[in-house]
Amino acid sequence: MRVILNSKQIKQILDDLASRIISQTSRELDIATVGIRSRGEILAQRLSSRLSRKLHKDVPSGTLDITLYRDDLNSPQSTDQPQVRTTEIGFDVNDKIIILVDDVLYTGRSTRAAMDALIDLGRPKAIKLAVLVDRVGREFPIQADYAGYKTDIAPGKLVQVFLSESDGKDEVVIE
Amino acid sequence: MAYIKKNKGFRWQHKHLLGLRELSAEEITYILDTAQGFEQISTRSVKKAPPLRGKVVVNLFFEDSTRTRNSFALAASRLSADVIEFTQKTSSVSKGETLLDTARNLEAMGIDIVVIRHSAAGAPKFLSRNINACVVNAGDGYCEHPTQGLLDVYTIRKIKGSLEGLKIAIVGDIAHSRVARSDMWAMTKLGAEVIFVGPPTLIPAEVGQLPVSVSYSLDEVIEKVDVINMLRIQFERLGGNPFPSIREYSHYFGLTVDRMKRAKPDILVMHPGPINRGLEMESEVADGQNSVILQQVTNGLAVRMAVLFLVNQAAAQIS
Repeated sequence: MRVILNSKQIKQILDDLASRIISQTSRELDIATVGIRSRGEILAQRLSSRLSRKLHKDVPSGTLDITLYRDDLNSPQSTDQPQVRTTEIGFDVNDKIIILVDDVLYTGRSTRAAMDALIDLGRPKAIKLAVLVDRVGREFPIQADYAGYKTDIAPGKLVQVFLSESDGKDEVVIE
Repeated sequence: MAYIKKNKGFRWQHKHLLGLRELSAEEITYILDTAQGFEQISTRSVKKAPPLRGKVVVNLFFEDSTRTRNSFALAASRLSADVIEFTQKTSSVSKGETLLDTARNLEAMGIDIVVIRHSAAGAPKFLSRNINACVVNAGDGYCEHPTQGLLDVYTIRKIKGSLEGLKIAIVGDIAHSRVARSDMWAMTKLGAEVIFVGPPTLIPAEVGQLPVSVSYSLDEVIEKVDVINMLRIQFERLGGNPFPSIREYSHYFGLTVDRMKRAKPDILVMHPGPINRGLEMESEVADGQNSVILQQVTNGLAVRMAVLFLVNQAAAQIS
């Protein structure tokens, strides 16, 4: 097990992502963050507070549960069953720039599911993808607009993200 | 998303939902938690999600129903499944086709889930042993009506937070009620105390062996309970004369405005529907502020979506 990001580095990445989002988004546009359950949700909230502070306006944050949109529901799985939980987006997604937030971008399938889930809720002006860790191994033509840490570790390894709100510490490890 | 969601190792493993008696409290809670995740599909503008896309759900109803049948049909289509409606009256059953043949013929066309309502207790179980599709019991004789039991406890849990320690009265024709039985299993497993209330002629003989207490007086019970579930007097099922007259029944066992004055102010009033207004309860009570009858119907949709989703998932795991 190897630690690739500690809490200070995670904080710096989030600061950097927020700055890049702001510099590339016109100030007149409404933006909001939507995190993919469950760690994406925490990162989305952290990004939202940074964006709100820097823009001096409220950038709301929502949570997306993509279980119903997964493409592996009808195939046998050896891992634990995904549990359907709630999507909580308390704002209208129509005409907003939605920053979709996830902890790790790997095959791209979760992002595809998240986009399908999101457009069932309305028609965003644009969807941008922000991730903490961008790892090599795409199975779908999906790229991050804002990527924190890029890595090309081997497919058999697991990237685990721990965040203080859910796991008591901020850390990213490779197993 | 590189993490693996951990549910403390719990998996839903049943490809059939035949009854609540054989489920554990953990399994029942899992269905309720899953149902919560489905609620918002019915309130947003695109009322569809894709998990059952390409799947075929058959409503195999050998008894009349509007509520349950439409609820299952809507739940299935909200999950993007295709729905086939089968009602006995317009089917080949009138030509003498057996239950098994009916189901096997449908299965030969490629169906994934059968939702069955039948007058014979055990019909869903029989079907589950003889066909490959998933079987969901929508009511079998007097035995069980599991999705009604689930939506009832879901409604209570949503408002009260938990069923632990609650006193719940189920009032009416208990003997002929599959709703009463499914409710009893779900409620007691989740920690509530259940009291069957009715005239002795409508309380089943085996009640002594069931995890409930009994009262023959609604007046005695009304002040003590947190939830009251009024059952419909099912005229189509009653044999003989279990009570002298309808007026006498509603005098002793009807939920009137007067009785409600003696009840706890936050008591929940429930009814599986359809209501015989003026018989089981007065209109003012049915439409009153303690009534959660319409919420039961709304919750029924979320619960049925959860059930269809889970049995389909279990079937996918096994294949």
